[in-house]
This record gives sequence, structure tokens and C-alpha cells, in this order.
Amino acid sequence: MAKVELALQVLTGAEATAHAMRQIQPDVVPVYPITPQTPIIQTFSRFVADGKADTVIVQVESEHSAMSAAVGSALAGARTMTATASQGLALMVEVIYIAAGLRAPIVIAVGNRALSAPINIHGDHSDGMLARDSGAVQIYAQDAQEAYDLMVMAPRIAEHPDVMLPVMVGQDGFQVTHSAEGVALLPDPDVRDFVGPYEIPNPLLGGGASSHGTFAMPDSYFELRHQLVQATEAAEAVYAEVAQDYRRRFGRDLPQIDAYRMEDAERAILLIGSAAGTAKEVVDDLRAEGERVGLVALRLYRPFPHAALRAALAGARRVAVLDRAVSPGAYPPLYSDALGALQGSATTLQSYVYGLGGRDLSQRAVRRAFAELALPAADRIGYLGLGGEDGDGEP
Amino acid sequence: MAMASLKTIALREEEHQGLSGGHSLCAGCGIPPIVRTVLGSIPGPKVAISATGCLEVATTRYPFTAWGVPWIHVAFENAAAVASGAEAAFRALSRRGKLSEEPVTFVVFAGDGGTYDIGLQALSGALERGHRLLYVCYNNEAYMNTGIQRSGATPYAANTTTSPVGSLGKGKAERRKDMTAIVVAHHIPYAAQAATSHWQDLSRKVERAAQASGPSFLNVLATCPPGWGHEAKDSVRLARIAVETHYWPLFEVVEGHYRITHRPLQQRPLEEWLNLQKRFSHLHGERGADLVVRLQEELDDSWAQLVQRDASDADWFRALEEAEA
Ligand SMILES: Cc1ncc(C[n+]2csc(CCOP(=O)(O)OP(=O)(O)O)c2C)c(N)n1
Ligand code: SF4
Ligand SMILES: [Mg+2]
Repeated sequence: MAKVELALQVLTGAEATAHAMRQIQPDVVPVYPITPQTPIIQTFSRFVADGKADTVIVQVESEHSAMSAAVGSALAGARTMTATASQGLALMVEVIYIAAGLRAPIVIAVGNRALSAPINIHGDHSDGMLARDSGAVQIYAQDAQEAYDLMVMAPRIAEHPDVMLPVMVGQDGFQVTHSAEGVALLPDPDVRDFVGPYEIPNPLLGGGASSHGTFAMPDSYFELRHQLVQATEAAEAVYAEVAQDYRRRFGRDLPQIDAYRMEDAERAILLIGSAAGTAKEVVDDLRAEGERVGLVALRLYRPFPHAALRAALAGARRVAVLDRAVSPGAYPPLYSDALGALQGSATTLQSYVYGLGGRDLSQRAVRRAFAELALPAADRIGYLGLGGEDGDGEP
Repeated sequence: MAMASLKTIALREEEHQGLSGGHSLCAGCGIPPIVRTVLGSIPGPKVAISATGCLEVATTRYPFTAWGVPWIHVAFENAAAVASGAEAAFRALSRRGKLSEEPVTFVVFAGDGGTYDIGLQALSGALERGHRLLYVCYNNEAYMNTGIQRSGATPYAANTTTSPVGSLGKGKAERRKDMTAIVVAHHIPYAAQAATSHWQDLSRKVERAAQASGPSFLNVLATCPPGWGHEAKDSVRLARIAVETHYWPLFEVVEGHYRITHRPLQQRPLEEWLNLQKRFSHLHGERGADLVVRLQEELDDSWAQLVQRDASDADWFRALEEAEA
């Protein structure tokens, strides 16, 4: 395996994402600004203005139009990307479903942020969960480096002939989008070579006369939607294939599931995104104290990696599932998904919600979740950090 | 500018039919002649973008399609945004040498609901950004596809399923909005109103619109037998009456300058327009006299304004014609 040695640059997740876009040079980028996505599109606009990226940016009048223009662009044979967050993603959702149904391979960078009301610009995963059932692939970065790496991988997944779907690349608002850290960018030619030319057939400008977005009655709709289900499912193997090639070429390993110190772990935490950093520190501390604990962080959330998750958690008896989103009146999304994946296994799950609207997940809170896993199972949702960062969610 | 004759349009259709038969639009529907005249009047490759509505639903029932040109529909409110993206893709790919040099015309077909109401924002954005696309509103003055609900284009007093005439209700209580004027306020190079009764006028406007250096807009009155409550056989006649009563004046706006393109020899009485349509049956005879007076006043005001604009822009058009000749 060739490990590429590269100098680190201090970049935020948003800037690193913009660099990936500069290197990929998509044909068309329709965008509309919203915090915390703005530094992505501002940085990228500057690259275009300075002649460092040859992309047609369409400054649309809303996110609904951004996604709509992206669909028009993708079906006219152009490699297309956009970026959004929060209310903007909410506005896009109608069209994300349609983009998936039309099999438009659009890459969407998301600075994950809370939803109104009350309005809040900070990180959580509520926005991504709105698009959970759209058919779009969803991957989540833990830090700025991953935000960059996954953005480079995303077009290959989106454009794979078995997939041909929108791919959302999530990074936690502020905690990743605005946090500067050392990021190693790959050389421009390596990225271009990895991503490759855009080879999707061009339905609108390719010389044929096909119709797209037609009207389907009960005699065909079910079958057509089922094709979408199969395409989304196919993205799991494609993700693995692309991640493997990325590792082979650049020495960076980004499997769909990040299993940390799980070898003999009896208790584990399952979560998505930047909180993995805090959780890993706690795991290290508890391991030093002799406890058999570990962490599983998902990079690939849609399609949900059922079998891989089962394998990663095979040895763990108790797992705390930490959701950064709620489903008021029901168990939160990641917990429900994990429960489905683990049915019939000996592992039992405990549901927690943390970090809504940008509240940090403290080490104390993670420790508490691990400690509670040693107690008898409770049939309730725990709220980590409710009532203050170290709050225990008890009224 | 040489105008496409009926023969040219027919020949173009024979060579390449933009919209074929076999669709399920109603007999007497004003939409098919609009689409065929528009596509037949533009030479070269075209891409059609539709909003949700009667046209889209009736022409693309899977696995069939009536479209002979590349066609895309995404949703109800976003046809102008979809077209913006396709046009941007065309520019990006041309710039990178990935397409042949031949120009492509992007034509949007959207109903009045998809234009005046839910699609207004996307249209406004596309016009302001200056994409090269031709936006055709087929205006049947209501949401027909969902069962004749009132829209921002529905005229004052019209009976629709959501502005019903009843013991209190008198049909739509509000005036229709002046969409063409809203479009003109975006300073686009070309906008016009047309009707199926005057197909040569429509065809000439399409040619001008397709050659414009930026966005262009056509607002075309489209008859609808079930929605308006008229006989299918009266479709063309009704459109002509709309023009000749001054209900639907034919004019164009070139670089902000107004020109009436067809001046009826004599203004026909408004009753001729109202009496052929059941949506106005509560106005027929003495019962609706007050409402008819109000409608007539609106038409007369708009027409007077148009005549005035036409007169003050006459020199500008003379200069344009000299330059073109
Ligand atoms: C977001 C959204 N809202 C409502 C609808 C339902 N709908 C579909 S077509 C239509 C009316 C279309 O009216 P118009 O644009 O005038 O076209 P027409 O049916 O008259 O051809 C409506 C309300 C929809 N498809 N999408
Ligand atoms: S309902 Fe009206 S607009 Fe729709 S197809 Fe029939 S005539 Fe045409
Ligand atoms: Mg209508």
C-alpha cells in the first residue's frame, strides 16, 4: 500500500470541502447560502474567481431552486455539486427525493445543523434525517480531514452505474465546518485521476429524445420505486470498493464503519459524526482503567450497513446508541435503524439523544452512558447534556 | 425576419415531431396547438422542460411518451430552475468542448399555476439571472389538472371549484394578476402575449423569443372545455373572441418597448366572451350586470394603457425595423 506523505495545511472542514471541489472541478454548482455552509461556497467562489476552478456557479434564489437546477444540470450531462444545511436542506428535500428517483448523481455537501423552531445555527443531525428516506446516499465525516476525503470519494459513489444517486456528505456544523485542524490535501492530479471523467450518459443533450420524470400509475410506480431501493442498497458495496481504492492509492482508510477498540469490548457506544472524537478519548481513558469498552462510528448511514454493524458489535453485550436528532414521540432514527440491524442478536441497545442545537457532548456524559450500560436495561430514551452540558436529562 | 410559414412548421413537424398524438389531453384543449406551434417554429435542437400540470400528466404516462424532443419534468414549482440548470450545463459543457457547436433552445412549458403562483419565485430568479431560455406559460386560467381550482390567473368573477358561485359566492372575488407586466419588470429582452387563434402571430413571437440574447417569455391563452365550460368546437373561436374583446390583447415587449401586434378592427362586446362559457353563467343576462360592468372597466383601462405605450414606443420600433432591414 502506497502511503502518500503530504504536508498538513490548517483548514476548516468547510475549506477542505471547497478544496475537494476545486480539485474535482465539477461542471456546474448551483448554490444558495446558509450558515454553516457559507464558507464552503465562499471559498469555492473565490477559487472560481481566481481561475483555480473552471466551474459554472449558478447563484439561484433558493435551495429549492438549487436542487432543481442541479437535477436539470445532471440530466443535461454535467457533473454537478451543491451544498446546504438546515432550513436549506429542508427546502431541498422535495427535490432530493425526485433527484434520487431520476437517478441524478449529484453530490451535496451538508454542514449539518439544527432545524427551527427556535432558529439555531449550530450542529446536529436533524436536517440530514429529513432526507433519510429519499434514496440519497448519506455519509458523515468525523473531522475536517474526513470531510475532505469523503468529498473526493463521493462522485465515484454517486456516478457508479449500479448507484446513480445523489450523495450527501455530512459534516457537523461548526464542530467540523468551522474548526481548523491539520488537513492533508492530495495532489490535484491524483484527485482528478481518482475521480475520473464524468461518464454518465447525457439524456437531455446527448442527441436522443428520451423523457424523464414521467407520470407513473399504480401499474408501474411500485416497480420503479423498487429499482431505487435496489440502487440505494447497491451503494453499500460501491462505498466499500471506492474506500478500498482510496486506501490503496493514498493510504487512508475510511471504512463505512469506524470500529474503535472493539476487539474484546463488552460495552460500546454507537454514534455518527464529530462526537466520535470525544467518545474515543473516553474509551481510551476507560480502557486505561481496565474496562472493556469500545466505539462504533458510522460513516455510511444510508444505505444502512446492517451486516457490517452486526459484525462490528458481535462481541458487545450492551450498546448505547447516541442520536443527534429526535423523532418526537418515538425512538430516534439511529437507534431504530440499529435495532433493525441487530434483531435476533444477543446485543441489547440503550437509546440516548445528545447535542441538539450545537450543545457539546462532554466526556462526563459519555462516561455516564458507559456506566449506565453496566446497570439493568432501562426502557426509555436518555437525554445526555439536557439541562446543561453535564446534565443528565432528569427533570 | 422571415416568418415560418404553416408549410415550414408542417415540414419541420414531419421531419421531427416535437409532440405527437396519442396523448390524453381533452378534445378542444388549447395546449397541444401551443406546444406544436412553439416547437415547430424553432429550428435546430430543443430541450423541453415541463412543470406538473395537464400537459405533463397527459403526455407522459409511463411507459409511453408523446414527446419527440428530449423532455424533463421535475416538480410543479421549479420548471424555470430546472431549465436554468440544464442551460448552465450546456454552457459548462460547451466551454469545455464536450458538445457540438450547435445552439440548443431550452423551452419551458408551464401552466398558469406553475407560473403565476407556485412557480413565480423560480421564474423570477431565472429571469433575473439571465439564462437563455424560452418560458411558455400555457394559460388556461386555473389549476385544471387538479380539478379547476382558482389561480392567480383566474379572472374576476369566474366560477371555479374553489371560488364557487353560491348563495353568497359570486365566483372569484379578486382580479387576475398581470403576469406579463411582472415578467417585463425583470428587464428581459423579450416578452409577449399570444393566443391560439392567431397562430402566425404566435409563431413569429416564438421566433423572436428564441433568438433573444437572454430569457424570453410567452403568455399564451389556452382554452379548456371542461374548465371553462365551453364546447370543444368553440376553442379557436373563443380564443379569437378573447383577443377581439380586448380580454386578451396580443402584444410584445422588446427590450422594454411595447407593441400591439394585432389590433382588432372593432372591439367586440364582452358578452360574446362571457356567454360561451359556463364559468361565467352567473353573469349571463341581467343577473350579472354589475360584475360585467366592473370587468369591462378593467379591460378598457388595460387596453387604454397598452395603446398609450404602443404609441409612445412606435418610434423605437421604427428604428429597430430600419436597423433590421
Ligand atoms: C408542490 C405541489 N403542490 C401541489 C401540487 C398539485 N398540483 C399538481 S398540478 C396542479 C395544478 C396545475 O395547474 P396549472 O399550472 O395551471 O396547470 P394545468 O393543470 O392547468 O395544466 C396542482 C395544484 C403538486 N403537484 N405539487
Ligand atoms: S382539463 Fe383543460 S387543460 Fe386539462 S387537458 Fe382538458 S382541456 Fe386541456
Ligand atoms: Mg392552468
